[in-house]
Amino acid sequence: MTETALRIEGLHKSFGKLEVLRGIDLELAEHEVVCLIGASGSGKSTLLRCVNLLEPIDAGRIVLHGEEITAPGTDVNRVRRGIGIVFQAFNLFPHMSVVENVTLGPRKALGLPKAEARARGDELLARFGLAAKRDDYPDRLSGGQQQRVAIVRALAMQPRLLLLDEVTSALDPELVAEVLEVMRELAAEGMTMLVATHEMGFARDVAHRVCFLDGGAILEEGTPAEIFAAPREPRTRQFLERIVEAGRL
Amino acid sequence: MLIAFASTVVFFGTLAFLITRAPGWDNFKAYFFDWELYRESLPEIASAFLLNVKIFLIAESIILVTALALAILRSLPGPVFFPIRALAIVYADLFRGLPTILVILMLGFGMPALGVEGIPLDPVFWAVVALVLVYTAYVSEVYRAGIESVHPSQDAAARSLGLTRFQSLRHVVVPQAIRRVIPPLLNDFIGLQKDTALVSTLGVVEVLRQSQIIEAARFNGTPYLVAATLFVALTIPLARFTDWLVARDRKRRLAAGVAQ
Ligand SMILES: Nc1ncnc2c1ncn2[C@@H]1O[C@H](COP(=O)(O)OP(=O)(O)OP(=O)(O)O)[C@@H](O)[C@H]1O
Ligand SMILES: [Mg+2]
Repeated sequence: MTETALRIEGLHKSFGKLEVLRGIDLELAEHEVVCLIGASGSGKSTLLRCVNLLEPIDAGRIVLHGEEITAPGTDVNRVRRGIGIVFQAFNLFPHMSVVENVTLGPRKALGLPKAEARARGDELLARFGLAAKRDDYPDRLSGGQQQRVAIVRALAMQPRLLLLDEVTSALDPELVAEVLEVMRELAAEGMTMLVATHEMGFARDVAHRVCFLDGGAILEEGTPAEIFAAPREPRTRQFLERIVEAGRL
Repeated sequence: MLIAFASTVVFFGTLAFLITRAPGWDNFKAYFFDWELYRESLPEIASAFLLNVKIFLIAESIILVTALALAILRSLPGPVFFPIRALAIVYADLFRGLPTILVILMLGFGMPALGVEGIPLDPVFWAVVALVLVYTAYVSEVYRAGIESVHPSQDAAARSLGLTRFQSLRHVVVPQAIRRVIPPLLNDFIGLQKDTALVSTLGVVEVLRQSQIIEAARFNGTPYLVAATLFVALTIPLARFTDWLVARDRKRRLAAGVAQ
């Protein structure tokens, strides 16, 4: 676990006058799972969107597998093909069936022939217990199923890095487990993942490292044992106490 | 149901009674309801109406494409595309502001009069161009509303897969937008169907002109009734179909709301 998958250096990002990210430095090794925790508005989603080049950054660099992807003139479409992102609100395409959702990227962005894309999609759908749903439209699925389809859609691009943005927050409590299970499986397989989450149980059990984001900066980072058992910063402690009160740890 | 039926009968009964009691009713009836002439002039007027249908079909198929292109140009983000956006806005404002009949007259009489080598002289050609110019401006607004109603997270999801801006429009945004605007699109096409009668101002013998010719020869307005029947026979099914689509869409959305 020495190869660097992702390196973020001095990343700044503002929306108008509001500075949302104030100098983020973060490194992910290949096969590493890093969880971003922090209060609402601390900048977790913005950080993930910057890594996927969905938001232009104001200062700093992002280096992916040795290539500076924030350099001017970078082909953003090519970069995005190698990074999967899954959103809190699923964002499935409502006018396409499950299998069409999953094969759109491989067919149009990777240029795979339809049959090959379908074979790849069907295999992934079967692996995550969604084979029976392949021809259904998203509005016929439960939230948990929709989010699993969204994960499969990202995986179908065979990304080397997966970004997950609070993928269980929009789900009913009884549906959270099935999605977390998928994430555990991916982590066990060695997928490199940067995960914004409120699921402290998941962070504690699965993450190699946890970063506490506060006001657009990483205030504290360490192994789950360090962060959860003995946080150094008072603000981290406060945040974790509130999480415990809410019954999420 | 019964009440609706009864009130309808009473309403139209009263209306018919009042109209037929009007002082000029007998003249009116003689002028517009000559059934003999109706039957006699129907084939000729109907065949002239085919020209309207042809103009409508050609113009409509072009408009569907040009209007979408215009709407997409207007939706391009960022300062780089500002000049294109500005041009598209000027175009849409200009042609929505001009009365259709003026555009038809100016192009239909003006362009052939230019006398430029190779320029088409057929007034029908210029009429189609005029209708396309005017209706592209209207229909592009309809498309644009549809494109803007698709949540930006859909585009973000498509772009995050590595699709290009154009691929995202083509496969994700536009298909959803079109589904939402089919009823207002059909509404504009009902308008276009009727506006084909404006081509008569160029002296083209389409349905209205043909009716005028027969009216002038026979001093009887029944040909207008024939023309009216033809238009209505074409637009009413389209209007019913539009309403049916709107109702179906609403039902579907309500059902989706309940399911959530
Ligand atoms: N497109 C945008 N335009 C303006 N402000 C934005 C935009 N996106 C995010 N923000 C602001 O940036 C700040 C950080 O938002 P972000 O979504 O990254 O936080 P978060 O940590 O993901 O929060 P949550 O836990 O609620 O998802 C917030 O104050 C938010 O209002
Ligand atoms: Mg967020």
